[in-house]
Amino acid sequence: MAMIENRRRKSLIALTMVTPFVVTFSVFFLYPMLEMVRMSFTDAPLIGGGKWVGLDNYLKLFSDRLFTISLKNNAYFVALTVIPTTAIALLIALAISRLSGVRQTVVMSLFFLPYVLPVSVVTEIWAWMLDLQFGILQPVISLIAGKPVAVFKNPYWVMPMVAVVTIWWTNGFNVLLFIAGLRNIPAELYEAAALDGATTWQKFSRVTWPLLWPVTALVLTLQLILQLKIFDQIYLLSGGGPFNSSYVLLLKVYREAFQSNNGGYASAVATVLFVLIVVISVLQFQLLRIRRNA
Amino acid sequence: MSPMKRIENTVLTVLTLLAALVWIFPLYWTFVTSIRSDENVAGNTSILPDEFQLKAYLDAIFNTKLTVWYVNSIGTAVIVTVLVVLISMLCAYALSQIRFPGRRLLYGIVLGSFMVPAQTLVVTQFVLMNDLNLINSWAGIILPQLIAPVVIIVYKQFFDSVPKEMREAVVLDGGGEYTILFKVFLPLNWGITTAMSIVTFIGVWNAFFWPFLVVTSEDMMTIPVGITQVNDAFGVAYARLMAVAMLAALPVIVTYIIFQRRVTEAIMISSGVKG
Repeated sequence: MAMIENRRRKSLIALTMVTPFVVTFSVFFLYPMLEMVRMSFTDAPLIGGGKWVGLDNYLKLFSDRLFTISLKNNAYFVALTVIPTTAIALLIALAISRLSGVRQTVVMSLFFLPYVLPVSVVTEIWAWMLDLQFGILQPVISLIAGKPVAVFKNPYWVMPMVAVVTIWWTNGFNVLLFIAGLRNIPAELYEAAALDGATTWQKFSRVTWPLLWPVTALVLTLQLILQLKIFDQIYLLSGGGPFNSSYVLLLKVYREAFQSNNGGYASAVATVLFVLIVVISVLQFQLLRIRRNA
Repeated sequence: MSPMKRIENTVLTVLTLLAALVWIFPLYWTFVTSIRSDENVAGNTSILPDEFQLKAYLDAIFNTKLTVWYVNSIGTAVIVTVLVVLISMLCAYALSQIRFPGRRLLYGIVLGSFMVPAQTLVVTQFVLMNDLNLINSWAGIILPQLIAPVVIIVYKQFFDSVPKEMREAVVLDGGGEYTILFKVFLPLNWGITTAMSIVTFIGVWNAFFWPFLVVTSEDMMTIPVGITQVNDAFGVAYARLMAVAMLAALPVIVTYIIFQRRVTEAIMISSGVKG
């Protein structure tokens, strides 16, 4: 009897501890999630009810050219950022891990610092550096293009340059993960390799790379998910232009909901993006787990 | 070490240092621009600072709503940080230390919500905030940012590894679960609490998308949203813009420099690379 009593009392205490999370989660996360799906089957404006239209919004997506463009641009942006930032971060991490003491700390902070900046600070800095008339980087652009270019107003330059800005901003995070991964590799392995007369390249390809692969896979998948959600930098630097050449899915959600007042349709686009990201996350989770168990 | 090897080493080190300087150059250039006068900014490609004046900063402080945005940012960021840590710590403690019905389900939900992209929920979150009359309010900015599954997962990991004997000692003295949490588990894990608080603070300070949607009145804006207004108000005046950028970034830069090791640690732990 006392045991049951005790257990019930404990459950009650547990309940008081989890309630704050459960309530905030249900109200501000779970409910909006279910509402998003429900709304995507209606023709509701942003505020105020609408009527049920079944799959209409989803069918409309197929004929919406801007949706196709957004999807393509999202894929393009992923291609421009995910592998490049992973490669650059690995290279920087390898370079940093050679250093030691204060020198290592300082160099690491220099590479990491941009990551702590607010996105609008980042975009303002780069808008200034790439200013058509006075931008300090325009000589570099001229070197490539032959003349100064208003990069964020140019359909060819806009996505690669947003990618450059994004990599500069977020790369420090990846560098940190790689440094942690490198630190986890036992030093004895390098000593053994050195005794066997391995070259620097052999040490990298036989020891570092295979042992670092789980971290590399983690960085790649985290980046893939992160870059699919691109909105801030695009909105602030190019607003999706010129000629929709940097229009992406989350921008589509924003414009449909908050500027065209199509709550239902915006929810359908959001639901597609939502499903896309969840599917990738689940696949990634399974992949990482398989590797860990293997 | 052979002379060849030594030269190679030096060259690599110098290259790394150079690369780091190139990487931080945009921030340096922002600073140099911000301490110049407006007339001296256009077309000035001298890399070294050739002028030191704070006019742009004074302009930014007195002729924009920067101070109002500061108050909003500090207020919301501090509240979110305290609440996130508290809510997550409590939930993680129950998940880790108490057997109660629904425990596994709840942990499953926490792990699952970790994979859900919150950014896609903004439309209906906005509708909800509108229904609750919280548009243009601190509560509107704060509430959806309180859900941080990562913090719960990290806390649970740390609580799981606290030795059983520690809690039993308190139980023998007649202490309840809350006593165990606040007298034993919290002091044992101060490091992780500091680390989680700092990264949460930086994250909330920098949040753009949600505050940008839920706030339309200039007086309620946070720093990252507010500074995008300066552009429109001034036209293109880069010295002032860069001064605003420096002021907006200052709190997070200072926080990072002071708590560097904690930030590094927190990121490594919460991404699971180092447990």
